[in-house]
Amino acid sequence: MISGAEIMVKCLEAEGVSVVFGYPGAAICPFYDKIYDSSIKHILVREEQNAAHAASGYARCSGRPGVCVATSGPGATNLITGIATAYTDSIPMVVITGQVRSDLLGRDVFQEADITGACEPFVKHSYLVSKTEDLPRIFKEAFHIASTGRQGPVLIDIPIDIQTNSIDEFIYPDKVNIMGYKPNTKGHVVQVKRAVEAIKASKRPVIVAGGGVLSSGVKLKLQEFVDKTKIPVISTMMGIGVMPSEHELYLGMLGTYGKAVANRALHEADLVIVCGARLGDRAVAAPDQMSEKTTVIHIDIDPAEIGKNVKTEIPIVGDMRNVMNMLIENIGDFAVLNQWSDTIRLWKKDLFKEPPVFDGYVEPRTLVGHLSSMLHSKAILVADVGQNQIWCANNFRIREGRFLTTGGMGTMGYSIPAAVGAKFARPERDVIVVCGDGSFQMSLNELATIAGNNLNIKIIIMRNKRLGMVRELQDNNYGGRHSATILQGDPDFLKIADAYGIDHAEASSNEEAEEIIRGVVDSDKPFILVCNVYPDTPSI
Amino acid sequence: MLYTLSILVENQAGVLSKISGLFSRRGFNIDSLAVGITNDPNVSRITIVANGDEYVVEQLEKQLNKLIPVIKVKRLNEGEFISRELILIKVHCAAAKRAEIIKTVEIMQAKIVDVSPSCVTVEYCECANRVNTLIDLLKPYGIREIVRTGTVAIDRGTASVSV
Ligand SMILES: Cc1ncc(C[n+]2csc(CCOP(=O)(O)OP(=O)(O)O)c2C)c(N)n1
Repeated sequence: MISGAEIMVKCLEAEGVSVVFGYPGAAICPFYDKIYDSSIKHILVREEQNAAHAASGYARCSGRPGVCVATSGPGATNLITGIATAYTDSIPMVVITGQVRSDLLGRDVFQEADITGACEPFVKHSYLVSKTEDLPRIFKEAFHIASTGRQGPVLIDIPIDIQTNSIDEFIYPDKVNIMGYKPNTKGHVVQVKRAVEAIKASKRPVIVAGGGVLSSGVKLKLQEFVDKTKIPVISTMMGIGVMPSEHELYLGMLGTYGKAVANRALHEADLVIVCGARLGDRAVAAPDQMSEKTTVIHIDIDPAEIGKNVKTEIPIVGDMRNVMNMLIENIGDFAVLNQWSDTIRLWKKDLFKEPPVFDGYVEPRTLVGHLSSMLHSKAILVADVGQNQIWCANNFRIREGRFLTTGGMGTMGYSIPAAVGAKFARPERDVIVVCGDGSFQMSLNELATIAGNNLNIKIIIMRNKRLGMVRELQDNNYGGRHSATILQGDPDFLKIADAYGIDHAEASSNEEAEEIIRGVVDSDKPFILVCNVYPDTPSI
Repeated sequence: MLYTLSILVENQAGVLSKISGLFSRRGFNIDSLAVGITNDPNVSRITIVANGDEYVVEQLEKQLNKLIPVIKVKRLNEGEFISRELILIKVHCAAAKRAEIIKTVEIMQAKIVDVSPSCVTVEYCECANRVNTLIDLLKPYGIREIVRTGTVAIDRGTASVSV
């Protein structure tokens, strides 16, 4: 006989899961009792939302679904923001929650919460398990659904009696058969041909690359296509890292907080090839204007994204890898007219300005701009939300590494737990967090997770004593009335670092900051650097 | 504009809430909804009549298709399908008006299924337009209660929506 809880652990093992992030409680105790003896590492976070963010960071850096676990009731509801963040960023994740006994469901007993109901809008799929014998099939399906098609979180809610009941034997299915789930990955040949014709006929094409290029693992294919065709590339926030920042045909991030040159190129283009991006309102503020003059080719695994925000002439539904291969095969020796690439190069040169320096402060954009040269080429930078995110998005010079942030939900507090996950996925790489003083305080409890596991994560806090991005909004749109954006009562962050036994320093100039960073990059211990930033520093 | 969608779903707990949740979440309006099992006991059919422009209905179809338990979604083409609703109408019926009401019911090919001294109950199974006509015709006598199902619809000829 084998219990449901043992089956859960065996399912995770069968899926090759080596680490899960979570927080226990009564309703999930049978599972915790079994994972205790297993080879799977359980990382205790300090709040459930962060378990989901850590699973997200893990998933993005390992290419495998991240797994997080919580108990019923408050444990489960604490997860919601993390699940919603993963959903909007299309991150593959399997979320396991304990639930009250099946025969008590619906009676509002202690720590009962209808978590499958509450998460309905934020999950790709969810299960409330009603029989122990269903567990293997459900786990198999959950991992399959989370990691295929457009990736996303899948929730499995498991009542405690399902965990304690036993069945005769454990058999993990080797196939799934879900009638209603057969993502189309091929890419329609005729549509690809039409796209190729349109590209060949264009004079000023651009590529807009989003997170889909990274999650399908085809950034090198895209680079090959770009090197061949010389079509300039713009990325969305989630797409940062599809091209090395220094690539001559890479123009940076588009949108409200993006690079002027990227927006200008998009505006002037006669053909836009959208790759794995949904072109949300932050990316393209006036989508109807864009599609009036331009032909849009949209490649996405999710048919519902095509035509949702921007009118599309040539839709291609399929996996980015397949479609990119088809495009490369069919494009022949087409290359963009020199005139267009020359114009772009000219704009790019024109627009670079060194930001002004304020005495006694670190200039964050310049610091982030220099950061890459102090790190190894595959470094992973995790940016939080706010001005710090924009500074990083526009100035970090990515080489072969990753840029992680939450583009869809913009959840403050994402960076530290996500970095924890990233470090478990890629222990050999530099993992750097850049966050604001506000966002730091949303997840500083995870310093314990970092300290407790001696994770080599370097954290840079950009301290402007403001909720900077909202402060800026108030300056621009609300007559400079700083309602609730001045951070009063903030603690001494160095003492906090000290309390967790994490090495730390403070910098009030770029020279100082850079010297400190150079001194610690090669250490194998966590570090916190507090940078004093001039409060009125703009985002762009 | 009204659209009729025929949706096949896996017959499992929570499907209906997933579908109705999707409509309300994305601001789509449902005019009517009908659910029932099909010849395969694992598969249910949901027929939805919804209101919206081309963009809305296209989004709707795509979003419905993304729900894992949804097996198939088909928009039925105007004029190429047969649709029915079932309605029960309880009408106030004074003795003096009884003959008139019976006549109307006969002309419309409806059926009186219950009679009491002061009212009759009429049963009618027709497309939404004809059902509305009957309601209009009976309104002057005083309608006490209406019980009406959502529309069910099926393709004309050999076409079908099946797994
Ligand atoms: C959980 C959450 N609450 C509120 C917001 C709204 N918000 C966006 S940016 C921002 C300010 C962030 O301040 P800080 O972390 O100090 O970063 P800065 O902008 O100063 O770099 C706020 C409050 C949010 N994105 N997420």
